[in-house]
Amino acid sequence: MTATMRPNISACPACSAAPAAEALAETAEVKNARIALSLPTIHCSACIASVEEALNAYPGVHQARVNLTMKRASIEADADVMPDDLVQALAGIGYEAHELDAGTLSATETDKAGRDLLMRMAVAGFAAMNVMLLSVSVWSGAADATRDMFHWISALITMPVILFSGQPFYRNAWAALKHGRLNMDVPITLAIVLAVVTSLWETALSGKHAYFDAALALTFFLLAGRYLDHRTRAIARSAAEELAALEVPRAWVLRDGQEVQVPAAQVAVGDLVRVRPGGRMPVDGEITDGVSELDRSLLTGETLPVFAEPGQAVSAGEVNLTGPLTIRATAVGEETSLHRMADLVAVAESGRSRYTSLADKAAKLYAPGVHILSALSFVGWYLYTWDVRTALNIAAAVLIITCPCALGLAVPAVTTAASGRLFRRGMLIKHGTALERLAEVDTVVFDKTGTLTRGTPELTNLGDHAASDLQIAAALAAASSHPLSQAIVTACQAAGVTPAEVTEISELPGYGTQGTWQGMPVRLGRAAWVGADPRAETTAWLRIGDERPRAFSFADALRDGAEEAVQALIASGREVILISGDTTPAVEALARRLGITQWVAEALPADKVARIAQLTEQGGRVLMVGDGLNDTAALAGAHVSISPASALDAARVASDIVLLGGDLSPIADALETARKSTRRIRENFRIATVYNIIAVPLAVAGLATPLIAALAMSASSITVSLNALRVR
Amino acid sequence: MEVLAYLIPISLIMGGIGLLFFVWTVKTNQYDDPEGDARRILSGQYDDKPKQ
Repeated sequence: MTATMRPNISACPACSAAPAAEALAETAEVKNARIALSLPTIHCSACIASVEEALNAYPGVHQARVNLTMKRASIEADADVMPDDLVQALAGIGYEAHELDAGTLSATETDKAGRDLLMRMAVAGFAAMNVMLLSVSVWSGAADATRDMFHWISALITMPVILFSGQPFYRNAWAALKHGRLNMDVPITLAIVLAVVTSLWETALSGKHAYFDAALALTFFLLAGRYLDHRTRAIARSAAEELAALEVPRAWVLRDGQEVQVPAAQVAVGDLVRVRPGGRMPVDGEITDGVSELDRSLLTGETLPVFAEPGQAVSAGEVNLTGPLTIRATAVGEETSLHRMADLVAVAESGRSRYTSLADKAAKLYAPGVHILSALSFVGWYLYTWDVRTALNIAAAVLIITCPCALGLAVPAVTTAASGRLFRRGMLIKHGTALERLAEVDTVVFDKTGTLTRGTPELTNLGDHAASDLQIAAALAAASSHPLSQAIVTACQAAGVTPAEVTEISELPGYGTQGTWQGMPVRLGRAAWVGADPRAETTAWLRIGDERPRAFSFADALRDGAEEAVQALIASGREVILISGDTTPAVEALARRLGITQWVAEALPADKVARIAQLTEQGGRVLMVGDGLNDTAALAGAHVSISPASALDAARVASDIVLLGGDLSPIADALETARKSTRRIRENFRIATVYNIIAVPLAVAGLATPLIAALAMSASSITVSLNALRVR
Repeated sequence: MEVLAYLIPISLIMGGIGLLFFVWTVKTNQYDDPEGDARRILSGQYDDKPKQ
């Protein structure tokens, strides 16, 4: 069928005689753009089918394939197909999509490390099965020459496999030893090596016990743990880091009256930079020309657009809303306020690296314990029997039986199950210990703008206005792309208002729109421009002729699931705090709407960090949820942090968990899942310990046989994995 | 017990074939999207082979 879908060139005899044509066709294919999209909401075969159908039907798209495990689509298309258009096309059929950075994508698409681990694991697994077959016949009574032959065949299979499959452990153990430290891999390596060496020795002397199967099973189970661990992290890492950057990497600089596009890093102090409506300031500067309004919500959390005129200072990261602006750069690169914010992050983050995971704590107790135990049994048996062979056999048995098969699986099996569950709900766990830290959370701090709210305004008093007023407002608003105007248009369309006949409409950047209606001048815009008293909340004013201006007030639209998330958190007995850089009335209104009793308004980034530090000092474990630059330091300083996919790059990098969809409701579920998974991890440690308590005395007493070792190892590993599955 | 002379090589060869088959599945990207593949098999539409 492949041939009909995409004709294979060499299938045609004429073409296979002309390799040049084939080469040509290949270069043509390379020119096509590869686009990758993140699709946080897909979950079933119907989703795959409809997304692929929509993408393949899009003009210019050659091939689109959805990967449900990674929740993304990779698309081969003509170079002129814009990812934004595909995102729009998918939004049209009801799927949320985000563009991924195709440059970083190619680096992780073929997951080499994962494939390497998988291969080693498979080789160990196949060898373990074969050797186990031979071992079973030894355990069931094969004796003398038959037993020796089986042992020799086992050795023949085991030696190369152990050399190949065990490499990750040997390398880690060597690296740790070189730095004079001990980690889990040191006892693992020692156990594997000792098991193989004593077994070879026993086989050579036609002894009764050989541990070849144990050495292989050990390697197999431990590699399975490693692979699970790697897989969870690889999925999270690839998706979280590839979400395309929101920051402008380029700037338009005026040179000799010409606009030249240069990378933002090359703008020098004193350069004149043009910023178009809808564009983000690439540098700090001062406005020299143009009038507009600025959206500072990502920097400060303020929702009210700020009026901008020549002489005013602007900061990198602010968004220009209505008119084109020319700014003279006063600070560039590292000097900008955006970068100073990043320094705050670096300071705050150093606190988090002190967290030791449960696995590390277990390893710290475990590694020296095992070595001492096995050394003691060697010395004890040597002094008792004066026989190196017996003493070494027993020491090896102790090492094999205590070896952390179950411990190696205890954490990754649970985190894989838990991350998988949260990923299906649209959450990415970026950090290895994030789940454990999330489980300890007792205080949740929310940012307002862009986190609990969407950051887009919503008209609140549509019902207060006469139909004729609304018709005029709708007509004026339709002529502008200002967010408040767009909100009026959306609300009027939803209410079925038809715009009035307004002529001579013109937009004055920074002020509003004006026009003529039935011979009367009409204006929609800022308070001062239409002659009204300014208000604290976001308001646009409509004046018809000389009548008194009418107020259109706006509130920030709530994000989906914000109410459910906050209510579920309060119901679970956690403290919920709202800290925002926005004005007091706006914050108070939202806090009351969501039932949050503790709130702080007009907070600077440093205030947020200080507040979180104070909560932490009082013994609280703080979860910070935020999206803006002003939250970044707080995100890094909190015990654990979550940011939505729409957040700024810096904020996403600073947080442990990224919400892929627009919905906030999974947050409460995530805390529950995290608590459950930490409980499972502890249970798993206990299970592993119980097996050791039973098996270790047998090994030390010299009663352990390869059969007992195999039973203990497999039984504990399987119990631990099954227990982990309960998290799903 | 002479039968062992046949049985052991046979079991080893069969294990080896299984391993080679597995290596082939890894090399052809068949573990890149386990969840999606599990669902696609239920889809009525014809499915092209996994992307190279």
